[in-house]
Amino acid sequence: MHPAIHLTLVSLIQQVLVGLGKTTTLFIVSSGLTLVLGVLRIPNISHGALYMVGAFLAYSITRMLGGGAAGFFASLLLAPLAVAFLSLLAERFLLSRLYERDHLMLLLFTFALALIFDDLVKIVWGSGYRSLPLPAMFQGSFSFLGLALPRYSLFLLCVGPLVAIGLWFLINRTKIGKISRAAAVHREMVGAVGINVGWVFAAVFMIGCFLAGLGGALVAPTQSISQGMDASIIIEAFLIVIMGGLGNVWGALLGSLIFGLTDSLGVLILPQFSIVFPYAAVIVVLLLRPSGLLKSAW
Amino acid sequence: MLKVDGIDTYYGLGHILHSVSLTVKRGEIVCLLGRNGAGKTTTMRSIMGLTPPRRGSILFKGEPILGVKPFRISRKGIGFVPDSREVFADLSIEENLEISERRFEGRVFWDREKAYELFPALKKICSRKAGCLSGGERQMLTIARALATNPDFLLLDEPTEGLAPLVVAMLVEKIAELRSFGLTVLLAEQNQKVALGLSDRAYIIDNGAIRWHGAVGELRENEAVRKKYLLV
Repeated sequence: MHPAIHLTLVSLIQQVLVGLGKTTTLFIVSSGLTLVLGVLRIPNISHGALYMVGAFLAYSITRMLGGGAAGFFASLLLAPLAVAFLSLLAERFLLSRLYERDHLMLLLFTFALALIFDDLVKIVWGSGYRSLPLPAMFQGSFSFLGLALPRYSLFLLCVGPLVAIGLWFLINRTKIGKISRAAAVHREMVGAVGINVGWVFAAVFMIGCFLAGLGGALVAPTQSISQGMDASIIIEAFLIVIMGGLGNVWGALLGSLIFGLTDSLGVLILPQFSIVFPYAAVIVVLLLRPSGLLKSAW
Repeated sequence: MLKVDGIDTYYGLGHILHSVSLTVKRGEIVCLLGRNGAGKTTTMRSIMGLTPPRRGSILFKGEPILGVKPFRISRKGIGFVPDSREVFADLSIEENLEISERRFEGRVFWDREKAYELFPALKKICSRKAGCLSGGERQMLTIARALATNPDFLLLDEPTEGLAPLVVAMLVEKIAELRSFGLTVLLAEQNQKVALGLSDRAYIIDNGAIRWHGAVGELRENEAVRKKYLLV
């Protein structure tokens, strides 16, 4: 094989892998957003802030537990759980009182929540940057047939499908999933068959926010953890959700794949304009399918 | 069993029900007749707590249920069949019944299996998505779903509206069968023939107020009332 072609093929495979790693975090975050959007009908603007809280918590938990692999794995579980608990409090004490109100009220309220969580992060962690090293086992690359595959991307590639399968099981096989699917279409009727919709909403909101926290914990060792990381993810997550079809978890998966892969492959084509590619992909998708790729729950 | 006393219900600023009162005794089938837009559906929704009235009182088995949340009203034993035949479209028939099934402490008379016994046609297609059903099948499912909640009182809102005559005849037969199981029914209908054939007593509602009530036999005789309130 011509060395130049070989080089392109190698970088292509590597970039695909990196893109799939990015897809994983995008999918985890946007699936949580779309779940809440589909069932509670709330565009949760504070989702990005909860992702940031998850990243900061992962930083602190990993540090507290010595910074090794054990700390990292513990943070993957504990940080999202803490975020879920925080969201449960917000839902039970504040959000649940607003369901009867106008849609705009809910939207404004989640915006307020985002600001509150932002400030909470500032109070607890200050406004500086934090960074967390990858655990030793995930540093460097894994050589395979002459390819250098980043280990952490491979790890993310295992986590993504696990979360997707877990979500599939939750939505299709558990009672709460079935009730959520019913509530997404006929909320009123769910109450009329004797189901306490309030608690279903609380559970779904908590699961959605758990996913935001998990996304934050997963990216914590790969980028600088800082104020403002919520703004970029919430834009990306909303674009993915819109592209995939509002409220559709599999749409979020498709959207994340498109977004993640165009992002990483764009670097190979036009490195100086690579940031444009995922957004251009969103525009193309919406021009062809204005209501999203898969069936929207709205 | 059910005593609605002077309820006033509003949609936003629109005053829809004006001091509506009605009673249903245990074991009865009572119909609420009226034209389109007369207030039948609003009355049903008011009882179920979906559109809570601003004034008046509603007693169910002697307990006040005005202001109680719909899910609690359902658990007290009121089954609700909405007029729009709203099924959980994204779920299969089986799943529709599964999430509605509610096993109370004490006597469970209705459950999923019992509902299938009443509508064997549903059992055969139980894995089909509710969104892909015909009008008649959807109506069977909404009734089966209400039964799965184990009610002893059923609010049936225009179950025969817009269905083919054969399907209507089948549903009428099933509703009559419900009475033999000890269910009490409040039936809202536009179709006089169906309503009068099934019921013991009738209320006529027009412009949000009850205009007439009495035994079904009396209504059959009273052409003037029927002409005034029910002819389209």
